[in-house]
Amino acid sequence: MSGVMKRMGMIFRAKANKALDRAEDPRETLDYSYQKQLELLQKVRRGVADVATSRKRLELQLNQLQNQSSKLEDQGRKALALGREDLAREALSRRAALQQQVTDLETQHQTLQGEEEKLTLAAQRLQAKVDAFRTKKETIKATYTAAQAQTRIGEAFSGISEEMGDVGMAIQRAEDKTAQLQARAGAIDELLASGALDDSSGLAKDDIQTELDRLSGGTDVELELQRMKAELAGGSSSQQAIEGGKDQTQSQQQPQDTPRFDKQ
Amino acid sequence: MIVRIMGEGQVRLDDGHLTELNKLDDELLAEMQSGDEEGFRRTLGALLEAVRRLGAPLPDAALEPSELILPSPEATLSEVREMLNDDGLIPG
Repeated sequence: MSGVMKRMGMIFRAKANKALDRAEDPRETLDYSYQKQLELLQKVRRGVADVATSRKRLELQLNQLQNQSSKLEDQGRKALALGREDLAREALSRRAALQQQVTDLETQHQTLQGEEEKLTLAAQRLQAKVDAFRTKKETIKATYTAAQAQTRIGEAFSGISEEMGDVGMAIQRAEDKTAQLQARAGAIDELLASGALDDSSGLAKDDIQTELDRLSGGTDVELELQRMKAELAGGSSSQQAIEGGKDQTQSQQQPQDTPRFDKQ
Repeated sequence: MIVRIMGEGQVRLDDGHLTELNKLDDELLAEMQSGDEEGFRRTLGALLEAVRRLGAPLPDAALEPSELILPSPEATLSEVREMLNDDGLIPG
């Protein structure tokens, strides 16, 4: 096949990773992942509640059985006191059957208690993980948003536009992408700073300002040069005055006399 | 085979239909190369219609790479030509 469909497909595949990167918003993916974690946490909590409910039900049954057991023991004692050993035997044998049930329920109770503790611990750990993820997620989102804004601004300067892309999502790409965007924003900043890209923000000096600065700088240099020349001219006259027999102090005290010495 | 119609979504097509679609696709390419705008529009419409008719649409949430890609129904000959130039579909 060499038609339009195939050629467009090939071009797309060649650019697939780039397109994927552009289309995918890691913030949405992170939020989705967080939502899933919350749902999981909710399930675990529901599990803990279910186990706790079963445990309480068992405790109630155990209490009832133990009450009955005590009652049968009392009845046995009374029957024996009344000389009814047969009745006492019956009460004690019923009590023995109840005791067996109590033992079984106690075993179940212990097992459930162990499960409940494990699940509670798991829920706490999961809660901590979800909390940590939320913090990390918000940090990544903020960094991503900032990097994206930086990139957009940078791209607007140099005329690069964001375009369409094929759709795709992958949670593990989020951090990479943020780093990439930061690097890209950093690279654009560097290009702007070096002058390789034009900065249309108006913050940087334009060529007119640079020329003005140069001219005014030049004027300063000229002025300074003239001042120094004048100083030097004054200095050489003094030197001539010293050579002519006057000391420097005298020359400084009577600078107006200098021309007269020259004439002599 | 997954075919994407840009701006519309994706459809799943049996490979058996490719021969029929290929004819239209080659025709479309020829019309694009010769600059036959009218023919291009007609063939593009026919090709899109055939893809929609023969394919089963994929849910919007499905994330599958497209093996073949078709321009949107509104795409003009020059737009498609631009998409197929060296820069590809995405600038940069």
